Amino acid sequence: MTSEQTISKSAFWEGYRDCAPFILVAAPFGLMFGVAATELGLSLIQTMTMTVLVIAGAAQFTALILIEEHAPTLIILATALAVNLRMAMYSAALVPYLGKARGRTKLLLAYFNVDQTFGVASVRLPLETQWTVAQRSAYFIGGGLAITPFWILSTYLGAAFGAAIPPEFSLDFAMPICFIAIIAPALRTLPHVLAAVTSVVAALALSWIPFSLGLLIAAAIAMVVGAQAELWLERRKS
Amino acid sequence: MTLDQTQIWIVIAGMAFGTFFIRWSFLGLLGDRELPQWALRHLRYTAVAILPGLIAPLILWPSGTGGEPDPARLLAALMAFAMGMWRKSALWAIFSGLITLYAVQYLLG
Repeated sequence: MTSEQTISKSAFWEGYRDCAPFILVAAPFGLMFGVAATELGLSLIQTMTMTVLVIAGAAQFTALILIEEHAPTLIILATALAVNLRMAMYSAALVPYLGKARGRTKLLLAYFNVDQTFGVASVRLPLETQWTVAQRSAYFIGGGLAITPFWILSTYLGAAFGAAIPPEFSLDFAMPICFIAIIAPALRTLPHVLAAVTSVVAALALSWIPFSLGLLIAAAIAMVVGAQAELWLERRKS
Repeated sequence: MTLDQTQIWIVIAGMAFGTFFIRWSFLGLLGDRELPQWALRHLRYTAVAILPGLIAPLILWPSGTGGEPDPARLLAALMAFAMGMWRKSALWAIFSGLITLYAVQYLLG
């Protein structure tokens, strides 16, 4: 092994270690998704294909809810992908550190560009000014390989054994609780809270619009409210 | 409920390609271009703008009770929300929510 490879290998394990604690966060969501997907009637193959290729809990739950509501395919895709739009922001933020990686490596980096790996890497990469692109890539992929297998495994366990859980356990409510678990810790600032409140009020008020389109309109209004509130707070500070 | 199998596969494929493209976009294609401030400002709120509106009806009119508001589910949602905000932790939210749900259901028989 060359010394370059040795160095990258240690960066890989550092990424693995830094992301490992987040297995505890990802696994319950994977489990709940597996259960909820089975409950809705997705086959094991469908559930696992989605979880392996998408690796994004919130968007996957969103798709399940809209499938259950018989929304049109285009609306389901638009809403689920809108939930994932924040990852374009992650992608842009990684360019200064990983933009020089090889094309094939970037495909792998993009696959692993999930909330947890990005969150961890965006703290560590700016600190390691001496790292080469190879080391940074190894670090990021190490983080992805820590979390993703457990995400997939926990979804499988939920899907395979969820059907055996009796209805007394009210698993229909696992999905709303998972969403609350995603939303509540994300309400860090006043604009976030205002956007969330707007989203609820507008979605309920617009629920008469057919094809679940009211939700997308509510989301657009809520985003503008969040952004405007942020601007207003900034102006007041300066 | 019978599901439209074609629709499900199209949704899975569309989400897989779409999500991957979003993750790869700047890293692989757009490169060192800065996202304009106004775009960043809106992107920050995508998740909190969509998810609360999506679940509010599920909490108020849950499918498990055939759409009837249910005290156990409402309390569980409130508890999960309060703990998630207070501890800033998804795990706290999930476990406190499930425990409340089962405890209230047990107490109300």
